Amino acid sequence: MHLAYPAVLAVLLFCTGLYGVLARRNAILVLMSVELMLNAVNLNLVAFDVWLRDALHGGQALTLFTIAIAAAEIGIGLAIVLAVYRNRGSSDIDSLRDTAETDDAETLPDEVDADAVRDTTADQATAPAGKAKKAEATA
Amino acid sequence: MILSATAGHPGFLSPTGVEIAFLLVGLATFGAAVVTVTTKQLVHAALWLVVALGGIAVEYLLLTAEFIAWVQVLIYVGSVVVLLLFGLMLTRAPIGRSPDADSGNRWMALGASVPAAGALVWVVVDAFRTTWIDLDGPAQGSTKASGEFLFRNWVLPFEALSVLLLAALVGAIVLSRKDRQDRKDRKDRPDRSDGRTAGQVRPDTRARRTGPDRTERPAADREDNS
Repeated sequence: MHLAYPAVLAVLLFCTGLYGVLARRNAILVLMSVELMLNAVNLNLVAFDVWLRDALHGGQALTLFTIAIAAAEIGIGLAIVLAVYRNRGSSDIDSLRDTAETDDAETLPDEVDADAVRDTTADQATAPAGKAKKAEATA
Repeated sequence: MILSATAGHPGFLSPTGVEIAFLLVGLATFGAAVVTVTTKQLVHAALWLVVALGGIAVEYLLLTAEFIAWVQVLIYVGSVVVLLLFGLMLTRAPIGRSPDADSGNRWMALGASVPAAGALVWVVVDAFRTTWIDLDGPAQGSTKASGEFLFRNWVLPFEALSVLLLAALVGAIVLSRKDRQDRKDRKDRPDRSDGRTAGQVRPDTRARRTGPDRTERPAADREDNS
């Protein structure tokens, strides 16, 4: 078999996964695209292992390890996505902007709120107000 | 793209049966992958991902890597896609078309991935134009061969991988149980006279209590039912 067939298929699958990672908004769809990219790499590993007839069969062993790591990754990733969904009520990765430094209106309530949290004797009125401002800035 | 790239090679005019099968399955796999990343129905994306991953398993079989093909079917098609479907259900994914499946930067994503695909295909075809895989002889990825190389040469990484899986298991449990602790805190909250001052509550817990999304959070209600 021509080696270009699996190599080109792996390239196309990888770039499809790249498009999915960049263009999707739902976090689970991003995870699906990551799986496509991992599978493209696995196909490359198997094809080159079969081509080179490696004595240690490093390509196939690494493919098995990659599959196991991908399974662990998808488990942890879904746990994180579910935790985010419980906290925020959505799995939209475009709305997770807590660490973004794009706007002054987003950073200012953060600082006010950080002071309120640091001060353990803060009155209960200002801290929820700051949190509410932060939440509506990040919503 | 495959056809035009390899048309100059004389071997293309007399492809073997394995090559034709690889090409057809590869086209189906690529089409399923494209539908996976472009469809607006989230559950359909997961089901098309099954087609793409199964196609890759068939490609492994055509490359004589039988053991990896069945591992691919068992782990990817059998468990990863089921996990993804569970995740879609637990995050209340809409069943029908969701218009906001794609974010606003999809044209930028298209502009990044299509030139990358073109450049990589050009480089790969130019590099491996005269390279052929010899598929004759004993299968290199049969279960016997896989067991031999895995437990003779790769035992230590194999055992390290089991530690990683254990760590992932514990991590997933920890990530899932954290919410129980928060719910206990939330239950303690109504009576302020239990000696708990505001400073002892973690900041993220307070963010969840006072955020505006508190009313629209169905996950806590769902967990109470279960």
